[in-house]
Amino acid sequence: MTEGILIGLTTALSFQNIFMVMIGCFFGTIIGMLPGLGPMTAIALMIPITYGFDPATGLILMAGVYYGAVFGGSTSSILLNAPGVPGTVATSFDGYPMAQQGKAGKALAIAAWSSFAGGTLSAIYLLFMAPSLSKVSLSFRSPDYFALMILGLTAIAAFSSKGQFLKAMMMVVLGLMLASVGQDSLSDITRFTFDNMNLTDGISFVLVVMSTFAMSEALTIILKRNDPTAAAKQVSLTELGSIRINKEERGKMYRTIPRSSVIGFLIGVLPGAGATIASFLAYGMERNLVKDEEKEKFGKGSVNGLSAPETANNAACSGSFVPMLTLGIPGSGTTAVMLGALLGFGIQPGPRLYMTNPEIFWSVIMSMYIGMVILLILNLPLIPYIARILAVPKNYLIPLILFFSITGIYVMSFNNFDIYLMIGIAVVATFLRLYDFPMPPLILAFVLGGLMEENLRRSLLLSNGSWEFLWDRTLTVCILVTTILIVLWHIYKTFTKKKS
Amino acid sequence: MNINTTKIISLLFFIFSAFYLYTAYQIQVFAFDENAPFNARTFPIYLGYTGLFFSGLKLILPDPDTIKVEHRTLEYKKTALLIVIAIIYGATILKVGYFLTTSLFLFASYYFLGERRWVLMFLLSFPFVAGFMYLLHGVLEIYLRDPFLKSIGVMG
Repeated sequence: MTEGILIGLTTALSFQNIFMVMIGCFFGTIIGMLPGLGPMTAIALMIPITYGFDPATGLILMAGVYYGAVFGGSTSSILLNAPGVPGTVATSFDGYPMAQQGKAGKALAIAAWSSFAGGTLSAIYLLFMAPSLSKVSLSFRSPDYFALMILGLTAIAAFSSKGQFLKAMMMVVLGLMLASVGQDSLSDITRFTFDNMNLTDGISFVLVVMSTFAMSEALTIILKRNDPTAAAKQVSLTELGSIRINKEERGKMYRTIPRSSVIGFLIGVLPGAGATIASFLAYGMERNLVKDEEKEKFGKGSVNGLSAPETANNAACSGSFVPMLTLGIPGSGTTAVMLGALLGFGIQPGPRLYMTNPEIFWSVIMSMYIGMVILLILNLPLIPYIARILAVPKNYLIPLILFFSITGIYVMSFNNFDIYLMIGIAVVATFLRLYDFPMPPLILAFVLGGLMEENLRRSLLLSNGSWEFLWDRTLTVCILVTTILIVLWHIYKTFTKKKS
Repeated sequence: MNINTTKIISLLFFIFSAFYLYTAYQIQVFAFDENAPFNARTFPIYLGYTGLFFSGLKLILPDPDTIKVEHRTLEYKKTALLIVIAIIYGATILKVGYFLTTSLFLFASYYFLGERRWVLMFLLSFPFVAGFMYLLHGVLEIYLRDPFLKSIGVMG
């Protein structure tokens, strides 16, 4: 293994590969900032270029684009409340309120440092645990995944403060209902399409997230323009762009980052789970672990609330390389594209990859460290300038947010119907937000809906329709017990708080 | 029971869930799948009942934290106007093309939101969209349909 690591380090440190990581991070960040163009598109755009290089360099370039795009997605989440990829949705919960308080630079800096720490720590985990973790990830069966989805949905407890639990649950159901529109994945039977061909493929994630977050946020700002309580705080450009993180905030990050990186990495290793569940779980876990005083700040610009999902989503990105490289199973859509490219190079990923092609396996892992450092070096100096987007007057900013949202959908489908649907969902979401119905549970449920149904289907078919699968396996029971404990803890905390 | 807007929303959600459940039962499945432990309608049926359950609970249980919205202070007119412009934008984007419709959408939105700095409005619409379009279409090679630019010979 040491020999492999040294080969990897030498390959990753070559001038060409460092340059590739830089190019990848830079373009990834730019593409990731554009709504509708996530890491998958960014990597797909890079594939033709990578074929001009050797496999290790090609994969290093794609990995650089991947981290860059995830970080770029966080930037649009924080500044515009427009998460372009599911993995950065949780970032907007506290990142956007922080930016609205005139701390956009600080929010971006916290995101950058957390991403860096999450990515670096998970690269260390990857270095020591990749071969053995691949076996663990294989031990997960459908009932475990189903239980994991339920656990993911309990993260809604994090958004259900002040008697909002039922509202949050209604939003979860609505999200799952939206996810059920379109063709059934196994039988191809269309559901809830009402003979409209445009709905056959279902509703896209970008459409739902853009309408419920970016577009409805823009409409809410216009709607509440004359509301004296909603008047934006006037801040100077220096304050807006300041990336200074004080001692207290650093202390909070030191506690959040290690635990979020572990949860992010472990979830990332599981095929199909990925950065979205990781970031939501890390956010939910963090909210349950912090003191009551800090808990109140969640959703209003909490440092822990921003740092946790940012650390976890980057850790999950590195974790998702484990099943791809060691088993040949892509853990997410993005790694599926990378796997395709790898096969195009004539490389067969699998358990023997780190023995047959050590230069590829280890150089990718080594390049992750370098990638994280480069991402930080590239982005920190740019933050004061990027943060100034928020200094743009609302009369210009709102139409631009609407423009980016609609363009994001248009370039994906070239379809008028999707734009109408988007506007319709945005209007409903704006109305629901006025009455404090939380949108994050809807998004989480929408993302998990397909996976949840798929795993429930497999579990029920394997157990011949019996629900015994829920307590047949120790792992499933452990996850479900954790879920129940989280819910009970939340109910207990709410009860004791009301009493006091 | 105290009737407020949250209760009305819950009632609407209850009706929506009932409709969803009815539609779920209407999903046509293959004959051999009819009695299978899981088919295309199983999950939606569970969802329909869950929706009825939670919205029903919200309807029945008391609502101590009633949300009061000051409708007098809300800018309904401008918001509605912006939505109408967005619908027109959506309706014309394919026929007219990305460049012209997007630029006009931005220009009109700035105007209706009260902006009157014409030069800035122009710069942040037509040249801005042209630059963005160049990034998408020219650099990233993402196809953007534009019959208008094609008709004047700018786009191939």
